[in-house]
Amino acid sequence: MYAFTYHRATGLRQAGNMLGKLEDSKILAGGQTLLPTMKQRLASPANLIDLGKVDGLKGIELKGRSLVIGAMTTHSEVATSPVVQQAIPALAELASMIGDPAVRHMGTLGGSIANNDPNSDYPAALVGLGATVITTKRRIEADAFFTGLFETALEADEIITKVSFPVPKKAAYMKFRNPASRFALVGVFVAKRSSEIRVAVTGAGASGVFRVPAFEEALKKRFSPKSLEGLSIPATGLNSDIHGSAEYRAHLVGVMARRAVAKAG
Amino acid sequence: MSATGIGAPVRRKEDYRFITGKGQYTDDLTRPGQTYITFVRSPHAHARIRRIDASAAKGMPGVVAVLTGADLAADKVGSLICGWAITSKDGSPMKMAPHPAIANTKANHVGDPVAVVVAETQAQAKDAAEKVVVDYEVLPAVVDPAKAQAKSAPQIHEVAPGNTIYEWHLGDQKAVEAAFKGAKHVTRLDIVNNRLVPNAMEPRAAIAEYDAGNDSLTLWNTTQNPHVARLVISAFVGIAPEHKLRVIAPDVGGGFGSKIFIYPEEVVCLWAARKVNRPVKWVSERTEAFVADAHGRDHVTHAEMAFDGEGKILALRAKTIANLGAYMSTFSSSVPTYLYATLLSGQYEIPQIYCEVDAVYTNTVPVDAYRGAGRPEATFVVERLVEVGAREMQIDPADLRRRNFVKKFPHQTPVIMAYDAGDYNASLKKAMELADVKGFAKRKRESARAGKLRGLGYSTYIEACGIAPSQAVGSLGAGVGLWESAEVRVNPTGSVEVLTGCHQHGQGHETTFAQVVSDRLGIPIENVSVVHGDTDKVQFGMGTYGSRSGAVGISAIVKALDKVEAKAKKVASHLLEAAEADIVFENGQFKVAGTDKVAAFGDVALNAYIAHKFSGQELEPGLKEGSFYDPTNFTFPAGCHICEVEVDTETGQVEVVAWTAVDDFGKVINPMIVEGQVHGGIAQGVGQALLENTTYDTDGQLVTGSYMDYTMPRADNLPSFRVETTETLAPSNPLGIKGCGEAGAIASPAAVINAITDALGTEEIAMPATPAAVWAALQKVNQSRKAAE
Amino acid sequence: MPAVSMTVNGKPATADVEPRTLLVQFLRENLRLTGTHVGCDTSQCGACVVHVDGKAVKSCTMLAIQAEGANVTTIEGLANGSQLHPMQEAFREHHGLQCGFCTPGMIMTAVDMVNRKGNELDDHTIREELEGNICRCTGYHNIVKAIAAGARSMGTGGARKAAE
Repeated sequence: MYAFTYHRATGLRQAGNMLGKLEDSKILAGGQTLLPTMKQRLASPANLIDLGKVDGLKGIELKGRSLVIGAMTTHSEVATSPVVQQAIPALAELASMIGDPAVRHMGTLGGSIANNDPNSDYPAALVGLGATVITTKRRIEADAFFTGLFETALEADEIITKVSFPVPKKAAYMKFRNPASRFALVGVFVAKRSSEIRVAVTGAGASGVFRVPAFEEALKKRFSPKSLEGLSIPATGLNSDIHGSAEYRAHLVGVMARRAVAKAG
Repeated sequence: MSATGIGAPVRRKEDYRFITGKGQYTDDLTRPGQTYITFVRSPHAHARIRRIDASAAKGMPGVVAVLTGADLAADKVGSLICGWAITSKDGSPMKMAPHPAIANTKANHVGDPVAVVVAETQAQAKDAAEKVVVDYEVLPAVVDPAKAQAKSAPQIHEVAPGNTIYEWHLGDQKAVEAAFKGAKHVTRLDIVNNRLVPNAMEPRAAIAEYDAGNDSLTLWNTTQNPHVARLVISAFVGIAPEHKLRVIAPDVGGGFGSKIFIYPEEVVCLWAARKVNRPVKWVSERTEAFVADAHGRDHVTHAEMAFDGEGKILALRAKTIANLGAYMSTFSSSVPTYLYATLLSGQYEIPQIYCEVDAVYTNTVPVDAYRGAGRPEATFVVERLVEVGAREMQIDPADLRRRNFVKKFPHQTPVIMAYDAGDYNASLKKAMELADVKGFAKRKRESARAGKLRGLGYSTYIEACGIAPSQAVGSLGAGVGLWESAEVRVNPTGSVEVLTGCHQHGQGHETTFAQVVSDRLGIPIENVSVVHGDTDKVQFGMGTYGSRSGAVGISAIVKALDKVEAKAKKVASHLLEAAEADIVFENGQFKVAGTDKVAAFGDVALNAYIAHKFSGQELEPGLKEGSFYDPTNFTFPAGCHICEVEVDTETGQVEVVAWTAVDDFGKVINPMIVEGQVHGGIAQGVGQALLENTTYDTDGQLVTGSYMDYTMPRADNLPSFRVETTETLAPSNPLGIKGCGEAGAIASPAAVINAITDALGTEEIAMPATPAAVWAALQKVNQSRKAAE
Repeated sequence: MPAVSMTVNGKPATADVEPRTLLVQFLRENLRLTGTHVGCDTSQCGACVVHVDGKAVKSCTMLAIQAEGANVTTIEGLANGSQLHPMQEAFREHHGLQCGFCTPGMIMTAVDMVNRKGNELDDHTIREELEGNICRCTGYHNIVKAIAAGARSMGTGGARKAAE
């Protein structure tokens, strides 16, 4: 790890100011992706701003028909929260599949989506549920938030404070793990919300999470795995590596989507 | 059987320190004034080193020294060596290229050290290492062993034209050709035995310390064989004379072969420690280990088996290209030759066998022994040929095996080995019962109802362990003898220290060796301690690998115990005032036959030392005996593993749903520990078959360079195992021990692949059978079915 | 260099550290608690697992300075004096270790698992919960057995909860 200057933020505004002013600065949330990257000397921020002691960034709350989760809420807290399990069980289950138990104790919702690793799970949930990212500056629809590989709509001094997930009628997440890293080789989040149906895919896309309109249309007619039979997505634009060709990933998107729909019931 | 004697599942004596965090691994040690070393490694697979500019690095905070291959050469530090000479079929010796501990003129694989930085802290050493500027002229690289001998391939070492280290063969080629001509059926297979990274959980480490007052060096090192390390570093690398170099292998966190070898890093630490006159510590990082630890396997093989009309095997032939990487590691040459081709007879009577092996250099990390070393490769060839042959001839695979089993012992194979004892039917029969092979068809139907394919695969394997007698291995080219040593020191109070030349890094010697002593001397196991891993404490020994510690190491202890008992009887005869011939030793007591006169073991021990009852001229005081034990043959553990898998046809995911292992290890000292060894071996074999692969791109960059891409077996990849034993005693050593350390890794890959191919209905699946690979294979099957319709 | 203070195995620990010091480095190098190991650099092997405020975390993926004010338990703090923790005892009884290198992380993970999942753990649950701990020696068979037994033993009257 390269040397850096550590800043323990005590408030959001102060953190935002530091982020804007300090050269080459980065937010430290749970650190479960950032620190391994820094250890490998693949990232070298000059300044780390730790949000660990900032109040008000944790918490899970049902507000009307929306589940609002603080950015510093850990995966373990989301996975085990009775509120989440009741409102959006698919989200609790997704959180329980991120990393491993020790990683889930530290890793956070905000940290995960700000990093937008193309193989991480949360982007599928945000896009699949049509969530809204709430930052120190504004509200950003999930569809507009994830802009590319490790890229988001966040501005340089903008910090995620919470995410609001509309509670769906039905939802499920199916993940096919990369055998080595255990990240999503393909993860599909399917949600049905009154008239709207969303199918969001993580892991497969060369530029991160994406929706599958053809699947959504088919499921609108009838929300059943049968509706997806014979449907597939083209392999173009999908990742291809030693763990799976683009064709294999394209195929898995169909399989995981069908299984997710079946699971959502 | 006593509660702590031979055959008892004694709980391990060494565990307390490990479960309380008090183990002392090399990285846990700190020497006063210690510095840290970081290796600057080549980012290129093949590159000439034009110039190294260390000036910026030298100016970095905390830097003590920056050293290069030129400095090493100037100090006349010798080359690392391969200690097993192989002769090509044309009579020429193997082409061993120089292997400097730091590359001086040319880097030959990604990770080849080109400079080192010694600094006050680890972080400072790493920071400065990035400032070492190396001017490389990048050369074309070759990584695929099948392409290394091509005329167009880049040449790696001058001494080895065509990158060919040797072209070796074993067996009677003409007799094999004749046998194939008379065959009713020939089974042919192309096999790639995938390259693996050993990945002991403790990364390698070294601390070297120079004592200027005595001009001596001490090396704490993660080694499986401290004496061999000292010998090579002294006699060949020339760092210090043997008596001025102490090598200590403290607790070592797993080896699996990868810690046998003498590596550049420990050599450089020793050299640098003397240069900077301060202790120098190196601890490998995991990603560093991927490019610095010797890899395993990496064979490309074409093999054929000839059968008669009754399914009897007539002959086997194989042509293998073995990738030894960029340099010849310590025992690399022996692995694809005498540890491989000699096992191609499997458990079968095969009248004729011929095997050709070309060993090649490539621009990859050196390849050497990894758990099983050659024998897993041989077993895979034989057990795949037999299985596929059975399917092609529509003979039940178990039946075909039975028809061909060796049933009479001793049995001389056409490939050197003389099997001395075994009962292959017994282990197959027991395994088939335990695995409920009869119920398989029903289980297959149940899986089909759930939309899954189910398959069952056998592997009836044999291995040759112990890797001795020394005279025999010497005649095959080994540079060392493969005996083992022991010293049994009885203290005046009757407690015992056993000094063994073996080294434990997970095997539980502190328990099993103590069991043997407790059993023999009738003393409590708590009164026995096992000393190993320090060249200043222990007599020369050969270390632990090749499942040899039981068969050879324990045998040495038994021989020393024989001498202790003989000497103690003399002491007892004086103490009990009886003729030596009348003294019997039973249940820890010396008795005068036919009388009630007895002396406890402790009393005899004390009297041996106080020496009041006998003249020191007639009988030397003391009770300490040593032995150098050389067996009369290899040992031949064998058995049957049965794997059952379920395949998700939509994703290609293979689940190992059941595993049965029945092994014949001869005499078992501690069944609990033996079962644990089998479990671990199976996991590594399943890892090879389903998960693990080492991938280089065509430029020689390691694609699977960390756990992000190299799939380590995890708990949810594996089932619980059914493990049992049968027993035929090994006639070549006193207790009849055969060895158990490698069996699981040797047997299991073939069992997995035989099960998967059984499920899929195609033989076209290579290791590792990843979900993507299985899915692709299924697509092919479906396409050819459609075409056939 | 900033100062960091925490409680480790019940004792206060303070030191000035470089910000880039990982918790595992602080434990091993500053406090000489070498039972916590480092087996990889990609946060996957779990040899470094300790408890921070009662929860299992990978100490190689946390800065020492992030643990400011925290209560840290390492393998050295698990036993009650000479009385082993039931999970330590179970690993010994069921031969859940061979080379011992992954063992401290395994045991700390296992205790955390029981704290979260209770005393009756089936094989499937244990194997899934071990996703972040890699062992190369045992094939996991006896680790799974040991954790199931240790979990039950932690639930019975004679056993204590984890030291924290």
